[in-house]
Amino acid sequence: MENQNKKREPLLHITKRAVMPVWQQALIRAGAILSAMILCGVLAFILIPKLSANPSRIGEFYSCFFKGNFKTVEITWAFFKDVAVLLCISLAITPAFRMKFWNIGAEGQVLVGVLAAEGIAYLYGSRIQSNFVLLLLMLVAAIVSGALWGVIPAVFKAKWGTNETLFTLMMNYVATYLVIYCLSKWITSGSMVMPKLQVGVLPSFVNQYFSTILLVLTLTVVLYFYLNYSKHGYEISVVGESENTAKYIGIDVKKVIIRTMILSGALCGFAGFLIGAGVNNSVSDTSVGGRGFTAIMVSWLAKFSPLFMLLTSALIVFLDRGASEIASVFDVTGALTDIFVGLTLFFVIGCEFFINYRLHIRNIFKKEEKAA
Amino acid sequence: MNAWLNFFIDALAFGAVFIYGSTGEIITEKAGHLNLGIPGIMCMGGAGGCLFLQLFAKTLPSVLLVPFAIVASFLMAALMGLIYSFMTVTLRANQNVTGLAMTTFGSGLMMTIMSRLQATVYLNKPKKMFRFPFAARTDALQRIGVMFFLAIAVAVVASYLLYKTKLGLHLRAIGENPATADAVGINVTRYKYVATCIGSGIAGLGGFYYIIDYMGSQEAYKSIEAFGWLAIALVIFALWRPHMTILGSFVFGVLFCCSSSISVIASKISWFNVTMSTTPILKMLPYVVTIVVLVISSIRNKRENQPPAALGVSYFREDR
Repeated sequence: MENQNKKREPLLHITKRAVMPVWQQALIRAGAILSAMILCGVLAFILIPKLSANPSRIGEFYSCFFKGNFKTVEITWAFFKDVAVLLCISLAITPAFRMKFWNIGAEGQVLVGVLAAEGIAYLYGSRIQSNFVLLLLMLVAAIVSGALWGVIPAVFKAKWGTNETLFTLMMNYVATYLVIYCLSKWITSGSMVMPKLQVGVLPSFVNQYFSTILLVLTLTVVLYFYLNYSKHGYEISVVGESENTAKYIGIDVKKVIIRTMILSGALCGFAGFLIGAGVNNSVSDTSVGGRGFTAIMVSWLAKFSPLFMLLTSALIVFLDRGASEIASVFDVTGALTDIFVGLTLFFVIGCEFFINYRLHIRNIFKKEEKAA
Repeated sequence: MNAWLNFFIDALAFGAVFIYGSTGEIITEKAGHLNLGIPGIMCMGGAGGCLFLQLFAKTLPSVLLVPFAIVASFLMAALMGLIYSFMTVTLRANQNVTGLAMTTFGSGLMMTIMSRLQATVYLNKPKKMFRFPFAARTDALQRIGVMFFLAIAVAVVASYLLYKTKLGLHLRAIGENPATADAVGINVTRYKYVATCIGSGIAGLGGFYYIIDYMGSQEAYKSIEAFGWLAIALVIFALWRPHMTILGSFVFGVLFCCSSSISVIASKISWFNVTMSTTPILKMLPYVVTIVVLVISSIRNKRENQPPAALGVSYFREDR
C-alpha cells in the first residue's frame, strides 16, 4: 500500500537547458567528432581486410586523413577547391532553409547550372572569340537555369502549399535525365561523355583554383551581410519562425518564398557555373556527385550561419578526402567515404542534444536513505 | 507469352520494391517521423539479407534459408531504424538531417559490404529458391517470387492495422498530435520506437527483394538508393494508405518498365518512333508523374489526404 502511494521517479529525465557557454558547446562538438573518429577506426577494423590482418597499421590509417588533404601543395589546393565548391552549394541553400523551406533539390539546381554553362561552352565556345564574353554568357545561363529549377517548386508551395521537400527531390531526377538526354543529343559519337573543354575556363592566377576559391569567399561574406543585416534577410527569418507573424506585420509571405527561392536557385546555378567553368570543364550526370545533399548537412550543422559553414564544409571535405586516401592505401572497394561522413554526422547531430538539454539521473542511493 | 502481358507482369513485380519501401515509410510517418533515411535503410536491408546468404547458403537447407534470410534482412534494416529512432526520438535531433545522414551511411556501408560478397555464393543458387513457384519460367513470371506475395500481404496487413485496430488508432493519434496522445496515456516513445523500427525493417525488405528476387544480378545493389527516394515520394501518391501503395507501385512499375522494355513495346506501335535519346525522357516519366500527383493532391487539399499534422516535429513533453 505504502509502495503504491510513493511517486515513481524515472531513472532518467531531461529538461531544457539555458544557453550554454560557447566554449562548452565547442568542447562537446569536438568531443563528438573525436569519438566519431575513434568509432571510424573500430569500423575500419571490421571492414578493411588489410587493417584487420595487420592492426599495427592503425597509425597509418589515421595519418591518411592528413595525407589525403595536405600531403603536397597541389593536394592542399585541391582540398581548398573541394571546400569552396561544397561551401558554395551550402551557402546557396541557406536562405531557403532559414525560411524553413526544405529544399533538398540543390543537387538538381546545381546540375542544371553545370549543364547550362558547359552546354554554352560546348556548343558556342568555338564561335565566341572573347573568353570573357563566353564566361559571362555561361554565368548568366547557369544562374538563370538554376533559378528556374528552384522557383518552380516555390511557386507551387506559395500558391497551394505543395510539399517542397518531395517536389525539389523529384526535380533532381528530372535534371539528371535532362543531362543524359542533352549528352545523347550533343555528343554525336554516341559515347555520352563530354570531353574536357579548352574554352570557357576560369582564368588561372596563383593557382588554377584560386579564382573559384576567391569567388566563394566573397559570396560567403556577402551572404552573411545579406542574411543578418538586410531587410530581405530579416523577412526570411520572420517567415521561417512564424508565417502568421509575418502576415501580421505585413510581409507578403508568397513573395518572400518565391524571391528567396529564386535567389537560392540562382546561387545553386552559380555553384554549377563554378563546377563547370572552374573545376570540371565538362558535364556529366554525376557532376554534382551528391554534394547537393551533403550541403544540407553542412548548412544545418553550421546553424545556417555562413561563417560557420567554412568550418563545417572543411570538416566534411577533410573526412571525405581522408577516406578516399584510405581507400587507395588499403585497397578498399566500395564507399568508405560515405560511411565515415555518415558516422561523423550521427555524432555531430546527436551531440546537439547535450547542448540543448540537461540530463538528470536519479540518485539511487539518496532515494534509499529517504525511504529509511 | 504475349508481350503486353509480359510487360505488365514485369511492372507489377518491379513495383513490389516500392510497396515495401513506401509501406515502411508510411508506418514511420504515421508516428510523426519523416524518415529520409529510407534509401539507406533499404540498402542495408539488401546488404543484411545478402550477408546472411553469403554466410549460410551452403549450410542451411533451402526450406529454412529463405525465411531466415528475410528475417536477417528485416533485422538489419530495423537496426538502422533503431539508430534513427534513438537519434530523433530520444535525442530529438532534426529528422531531415538525421535521415540524410542515415542515407549516406547506409548506402556507403552497403556498397562496402556488397563489394566483398561473392555472387556465386549469395546469388546464384538462392535466387532460384526465392523465385519459388515460377523459378523454371523464362518470361516475366519468373520474377514473381515468394517475396512478391509477401509484399502484397505486408501492405494489406499494414493497412488493416493502421486503420482498423486500436493499435493503429493510437499510432495515428501520435502522428497527429503527440501531446494529446501522451495526455490520454499512450506511451508515445514506445510507439514511435516500435513503429520506426518495424517500418524500417519492412522498407529494408524492398532492397533485399530487388537484389535477390527481382533483378537477381550482381550489379543490382547500385540502384537501390534511387528507388528509396521514389518510395518516399510514393507515400504521397498512396495518400498514406499502405494498400494504395500496391496500385501506386504498379503505376510506377509501368512507368519504369516503359524505358527498359521500350524496344519490345515500340515494335507494336507504329507511330512511336524510338531513338537512343528517347530513353532518358522516358526515364524522367515516373518523377514527372510524381510531381503532377503532388501538385494535384495539394490543389485538391482534402482533409483526409493530408500528411500527419506533427510530421517532422520532435516531441518533447515540456514544450508548450
